[in-house]
Amino acid sequence: MEPVKVSKQSGTQVSVNLPKKKKKLNGDRLLAIAFLTPSIILAAIFIYGFIGWTGYVSLSKWNSLVPDFSFAGLKNYLFLFQDYRFQADIRNTIVFTVLFIGFVLIVGLFLAILLDQKLRGESLFRNIFFFPMAISFVVTGVAWQWLLNPSTGVNLFLKKFGLDSKWYTDITIIGGFHLGKIEFGIPVALLAVIIAAVWQMTGFSVAMYLAGLRGIPEELKEAARIDGASEFQVYRKVVIPMLAPITVSVVIIMAHISLKIFDLIYAMTGPGANFVTDVPGVYMFETTFRGNYYANGAAIAIIMLLSVAIFIIPYLIISRRGEK
Amino acid sequence: MRKKGFVFGLVLVLLFALSACNSKESSGGEKEKSGTDSKKSEKKVEIFSWWTGAGEEDGLKALIALFQDKHPDIQIENAAVAGGAGTNAKAVLASRMQGNDPPSTFQVHGGAELNEGWVAAGKMEPLNDLYEKEGWNDKFPKSLIEMVSKDGNIYSVPVNIHRGNVLWYNKHVFDENGLKAPTTFEEFFAVADKLKAKGITPLALGDKEPWTAVQIYENILLAELGTEAYGKLWTGDQSFKDEKVVKATETFKKMLSYINDDHASRNWQDASQLVAKGEAAMNIMGDWAKGYFVNDLKLAVNKDFGYITTPGTAGKFMVITDTFGLPKGIKNVEETKQFLSVLGSVEGQDAFNPLKGSIPARVDADVSKYDQYGKDTIEDFKTAELSPSLAHGSAAPEGFLTKANQAVNIFVSQKDVKQLTDSLAQAAEELK
Repeated sequence: MEPVKVSKQSGTQVSVNLPKKKKKLNGDRLLAIAFLTPSIILAAIFIYGFIGWTGYVSLSKWNSLVPDFSFAGLKNYLFLFQDYRFQADIRNTIVFTVLFIGFVLIVGLFLAILLDQKLRGESLFRNIFFFPMAISFVVTGVAWQWLLNPSTGVNLFLKKFGLDSKWYTDITIIGGFHLGKIEFGIPVALLAVIIAAVWQMTGFSVAMYLAGLRGIPEELKEAARIDGASEFQVYRKVVIPMLAPITVSVVIIMAHISLKIFDLIYAMTGPGANFVTDVPGVYMFETTFRGNYYANGAAIAIIMLLSVAIFIIPYLIISRRGEK
Repeated sequence: MRKKGFVFGLVLVLLFALSACNSKESSGGEKEKSGTDSKKSEKKVEIFSWWTGAGEEDGLKALIALFQDKHPDIQIENAAVAGGAGTNAKAVLASRMQGNDPPSTFQVHGGAELNEGWVAAGKMEPLNDLYEKEGWNDKFPKSLIEMVSKDGNIYSVPVNIHRGNVLWYNKHVFDENGLKAPTTFEEFFAVADKLKAKGITPLALGDKEPWTAVQIYENILLAELGTEAYGKLWTGDQSFKDEKVVKATETFKKMLSYINDDHASRNWQDASQLVAKGEAAMNIMGDWAKGYFVNDLKLAVNKDFGYITTPGTAGKFMVITDTFGLPKGIKNVEETKQFLSVLGSVEGQDAFNPLKGSIPARVDADVSKYDQYGKDTIEDFKTAELSPSLAHGSAAPEGFLTKANQAVNIFVSQKDVKQLTDSLAQAAEELK
């Protein structure tokens, strides 16, 4: 039997067919509407209203302390895409997102499989791995900044072994080639930030995968073993495919974190020399609240929103279909 | 048992998450609500600043104590927002001003930050009558009053002066190597070569925040162009493509080859530490560095470290001045003016400045209250040509500064002279 097919009738989705009720305006429904209305109104104003407002500002000429709402068209957006710093931001966001999600998935899955081996003191390890999740990104940033600082931390130790690491101050770009105004490639300094982010967020994927692993019936693995699959094949062909929905969830959640990342980078490295660790969030903060370029800042915010929407909207559509 | 452990773990995790959220909020910096809100006295003055560091906070408290002595019936609310160089405070201030909830008075650098920012936005009241009443027009230097004026109206009261063109050096390192403090760039590079040969970093820089590099660059610009042409850079009358600017940029580039490798991970305090420890010999920094050397690192002026103006800028004075103005639309105008009177008085300035480590903005303050560096600087301040600092928002609007910070950040890595002067010239088109 093809194990892939098994995954389609995944055990996690329980669909109960309730008898269809007639929708009547009874007391319960009225009460529900009464309770929901305030939050719907608040969400409409404070979330969607303000998104619309930001979009409006991003098309205006408001680039000083004096608000000027006259229409500027896409001028702010055009400026951004020609801007050295924003091009560097796009590169950094792509590199950060791909590597960050990749490592979170791989390390998370690996640790979850190890934890799933029914070892003693499992809950202790589970808590240890999950613990960094509870810390604020700002704290992580400051702690890792001390750890990786070229003149303190682990580097004093590494120096004794002849390794002189510059970590997050390094401006080298691995595999760099010229694109637009910038060198495209993997900035070395960004790797330091990725290490910190992975350290913080892996606990989450461990917890998710562990729950997923527990949801896979032992019989399926047994059946595969009886069919002569090696332990490695059991994981490759049975377990990992069955974890696909979990992987999708982790990717979605991590993607929106990494595309919006601000606090970790702001606390740890700032924009960095030559903007090797700059991200749109930091640029948006500096350009808006230091430079008073409100319209430019709003344009960055809208671009960030759209980039997250690329991930979130398909997910929402799929999960809605699943509910029906 | 296992379940219990897990629940316990979860509770722990939640607790930490909560405390993490809390710490984030408090560092986010809206402290103003924590003041004495309960007593709703009519007579209240809210002072908004970013003076929360050692020295400056003491200075502010001394100033408030002095005011409270004179006006015990007026309440003071100290609305200080933490964060280096006021970056957080400025963001909080901007949203309060735009929300029509201005503080009674707020800290603002004299020059473009005030004139092209809040005055141009029509948010400030002129203070000409206050200057008249207190007889201040000849108590502050003329060029300083010009820095806080726009179109003939005066908009704020300067409380202190910091100097931005000072080269600090480790005296022990200089004495051991038989070196003299450099007064020209030629001497500077000669000294730097000797130090480099000995394995000592000649110049310490910490440009994790890019204004420190901008500050060196503006010093060199002032040295190469002179006070007049330097001033014209910010009005658009002097092009950044001029050969003198190119020469200054070349000098800056050469200087950058003498700095520490890990400059991008340091802030200015970390860079000053290099000089204090003797790992580096010099750094160029505003004279708040003196407060850091003396108060935090316990070094002695003229014994452990020495000071001289940045090469080529003798007789020139890069001014950074903190001032307080009167926003439009506040309730306690009279009380706020009384506070500004104390701020601008000899007593007020002498209460604040010795603690902050700056010099008074008035020319008639009591010199005996200041240390040797302060005395020298007060003397210089009387005769030197004053120039506004770009790095601290006095020379040009924040928008230009943001772009200059970015251009200089790129330059420090790429060292492309033409690229820097071009991008500054492009940004300067907005200045006209």
